[in-house]
Amino acid sequence: MQLSYIKLLYRDVTFVIDLSHIEKIYESPAGPVHALKDISLHISKGEIFGIIGLSGAGKSTLVRCINLLERPTKGKVTVNGKDMTSMSEGELREARKGIGMIFQHFNLLASATVFDNVAFPLELSDTPKDKIKERVTELLELVGLADKADQYPSQLSGGQKQRVGIARALASDPGILLCDEATSALDPQTTKSILELIKDINKKLKLTVVVITHEMLVIKEICDKVAVIDKGVIAEQGDVLDVFINPQQPITKEFISVLLSNDLPVDFRNIDIEPEPFEDSILLMRLTFIGETANDPIISSLVKKYNVSADLFFGSLDDIKGAPFGRLIIGMEGSKADIEAAKEYLNEQKVKVEVIGYVSRHASAHH
Amino acid sequence: MSADMLPLITKALGETVYMVFVSMLISSLLGIPLGVLLHTTSKGQILECLPLNKTIGAVVNAIRSIPFIILMVAIIPLTRLIVGSAIGTTAAMVPLVLASVPFIGRQVETSLREIPYGIVEAAQSMGASPLQIIRKVFLPEAMPNIVAQLTTVIISLIGESAMAGAIGGGGLGDLAIRYGYQRFRPDIMIATVIVLIIMVQIVQFAGNQLAKHLDKR
Repeated sequence: MQLSYIKLLYRDVTFVIDLSHIEKIYESPAGPVHALKDISLHISKGEIFGIIGLSGAGKSTLVRCINLLERPTKGKVTVNGKDMTSMSEGELREARKGIGMIFQHFNLLASATVFDNVAFPLELSDTPKDKIKERVTELLELVGLADKADQYPSQLSGGQKQRVGIARALASDPGILLCDEATSALDPQTTKSILELIKDINKKLKLTVVVITHEMLVIKEICDKVAVIDKGVIAEQGDVLDVFINPQQPITKEFISVLLSNDLPVDFRNIDIEPEPFEDSILLMRLTFIGETANDPIISSLVKKYNVSADLFFGSLDDIKGAPFGRLIIGMEGSKADIEAAKEYLNEQKVKVEVIGYVSRHASAHH
Repeated sequence: MSADMLPLITKALGETVYMVFVSMLISSLLGIPLGVLLHTTSKGQILECLPLNKTIGAVVNAIRSIPFIILMVAIIPLTRLIVGSAIGTTAAMVPLVLASVPFIGRQVETSLREIPYGIVEAAQSMGASPLQIIRKVFLPEAMPNIVAQLTTVIISLIGESAMAGAIGGGGLGDLAIRYGYQRFRPDIMIATVIVLIIMVQIVQFAGNQLAKHLDKR
């Protein structure tokens, strides 16, 4: 008990990756370009941290600031407690061996076999041949490519190439894995399987993973935390569930809406929605449930407990990193006081309530 | 076909092969590193150094703009300094090497430029040093292209070696000029041309095969 408390405390104060006040300015013919502006991120051990942004938002530059493939113009990068920005070239190369990286276009050596690609980082550090063979075999088994050792990358599918990329990134036994748009060149099916693999190795090897993406799906599937980057600035960051339920910034809402549409059901799209009740109107509300509450019969107990009626117009059940995530649109009828009491009750049940407005009951009953 | 022709051609062929082979060897040993330097010191590359890059580039361009026949006579003092004589098969190799090194340099540079920067970046992310990137990424990845381009260099060396022959370098060019042209021996002229055609065909075929074998893309 005591020990786990200390561990928890320790985890909270020491970050595996700590970016503080990072700035990146490029010189271009058209003048200086401010690619990253005062970015601070703290990533804990074993976490899968997502960074999402549109293309050109600066996310690829940001991830390269972690292993210093891009040197920040200002700010401090601390990885595993060591200040990367003050290292010599040689020290930096050593430090990079503790940070694996995979890429959108895999970046495998076309002239080398799968085996030799995975062996590459080991050869860089002059690992003995028999040791290399043992480690590469083990890694290829981990990523499910044991039978492809002698093939060349051109003979593999995109998903298989990325598996080779992952095996190669893990060869030097790093504590951190950086994924730069690792699934963006893959079809949805393959994306799923690669994300599964990343989740898997995160658990098995207690790896800290940083995921760069422009797809909310990737964040939803595997990330614990997310930072939304827009025009070189962190617009918003937090636990994935919190951000999904309560997005603060328009850019975040936009990313989420791709996955979870905020559009009203077809029936309500072309009718008037009023902010105040009128004759024969019902109150449209959007309810969002997470975790356990998504499975509870909240609506039926609501109707039993309070003097309101609730019609269900739309419902969906999703999951975010395994946690159930339900969304409903209901139409509620009752006195103002009863409706307020019902909303209060929903809030107590940790259901997020968004009031859409009043619509005519007839309009909705039409369908 | 007269009886004297075969030994004449065999001897000249031997000289040409010797000239081309040794010049090619020396040129490659100098030209490949030159190409690597040209590419790696260019903008955004692993050893970026623009003043050096620009200087080497200018020298390479200067040498490459001199027609071989002029280069050959212009550097006679240098040739004398290096081999002690300006005449003979060995002496002919000095201008051959001097002309081929910048040629190979540019060819290799082009091959290296075709390697996607992402692969270099991946190697850097794994902690590779610039030297390791050159040895383990640039050269193996560009090898099929380099082989194809060295084939072209060999073929142009065969042509240039014939010119060098004209100023006393020996070899097939020398034979064609001295016997075929000056002594009115069309049979020797034709035979020399046929040997040259066969030589070029063989080199091109072998080069293509090797490049194809190496290419895993």
